[in-house]
Amino acid sequence: MHQTFDAAIELNLLHANQDGADHNRAHFDQWGITCLNLMSSPGAGKTVLLEKTLAALQDKISMAVIEGDMTTELDADRLRQYNVPVIPINTGRSCHLDSKMVAGGIHTLQHQHHPEAIDLVLVENVGNLVCPAEFEVGEHAKVALLSVTEGEDKPLKYPVMFQEADCLLITKIDLVPYLDVDLERIINNVRQMNPKVEIFSVSAKTEQGLDLWFDWLLTKVQK
Amino acid sequence: MHETDMTKALIFTVKDWLSTQSEKQQIEKIHLVVGQFTCVEPASLKFAFEVQTRNTFLEGVELIIKDIPLIAFCHLCQHEYKPQIGLQYSCPDCNSPMEDIRSGRELKIDHIEYSTIEESAHDKLRALKD
Ligand SMILES: Nc1nc2c(ncn2[C@@H]2O[C@H](COP(=O)(O)OP(=O)(O)OP(=O)(O)O)[C@@H](O)[C@H]2O)c(=O)[nH]1
Ligand SMILES: [Mg+2]
Ligand SMILES: [Zn+2]
Repeated sequence: MHQTFDAAIELNLLHANQDGADHNRAHFDQWGITCLNLMSSPGAGKTVLLEKTLAALQDKISMAVIEGDMTTELDADRLRQYNVPVIPINTGRSCHLDSKMVAGGIHTLQHQHHPEAIDLVLVENVGNLVCPAEFEVGEHAKVALLSVTEGEDKPLKYPVMFQEADCLLITKIDLVPYLDVDLERIINNVRQMNPKVEIFSVSAKTEQGLDLWFDWLLTKVQK
Repeated sequence: MHETDMTKALIFTVKDWLSTQSEKQQIEKIHLVVGQFTCVEPASLKFAFEVQTRNTFLEGVELIIKDIPLIAFCHLCQHEYKPQIGLQYSCPDCNSPMEDIRSGRELKIDHIEYSTIEESAHDKLRALKD
């Protein structure tokens, strides 16, 4: 007879990533840095939002960006114009950032910049509605973006990211007049799984609503 | 694509566990517990596992995935309910938002079935004699 054994393991698959994320967060805390993880589907407006944010807040706080652009440095190049450290992470074919990749970015930050002087690190995750939510990178808060062109049902269909978000930006609201989209329904769909999320409706193009986002950001800064 | 990363994490974790074991072991089955409120699709994970373990110490190992339903608890009604993923997450009775997830977020290796290598060689010998 073939004898087999059974061992209880009870180990989370994301255990290693979670440990790495906690380690990254400890670094940020030691420097007094607040880290935000920006997540959305491709093209929802993360980079444009970062540009507007860097431009508006550069006199108030000191910022850096960790840029998870999939294969190119296009987004990083756009952001460098604002004279803040922009650390590109080449994620290769991975569809999300993980804590190890961000640890590489933190290493660069530590050795080529002055992390003690930085207040806020904004991480632009890879455009993807599904996976980034499962891979914490060491952030203090998760920011999800959903553009009005994506449809009201996206939070219901891709719930994990919206359920975990601390802040939701409904983006490109300048386009609402051209679409059959119901902002209230988007908000209700998110609230039914995440009643605590802060929601701001914004347009990076017209700058409508951005001031509330900036105010929220400033409340998150540690020093 | 994320199933590729989950599989990497899985292989990594199993390797780690094996290295803590004193006897040499042949893993036969890995039992996973995967909640329905995660980004992991069991069928894709099984496929990724098969592909990524080819020509490794895990080749041919069976991956058994237990699906765990999303269950939430409504504090107003004081009862558990099963949100309809993709359609509705709020309580079907009072419409309160889903706040307290009781299950469905699991992503773990539950247990591993294995035989020690000596044992299985011994078994083979016996099978030949019989
Ligand atoms: N009309 C309008 N267009 C916008 C707005 N914000 C961004 N866009 C446009 O949307 C497109 C994508 O914007 P990005 O900022 O590159 O989006 P992203 O989320 O960084 O994209 P990936 O990094 O590729 O995932 C660009 O053509 C932007 O000009 C907005 O508020 N209004
Ligand atoms: Mg971008
Ligand atoms: Zn209820």
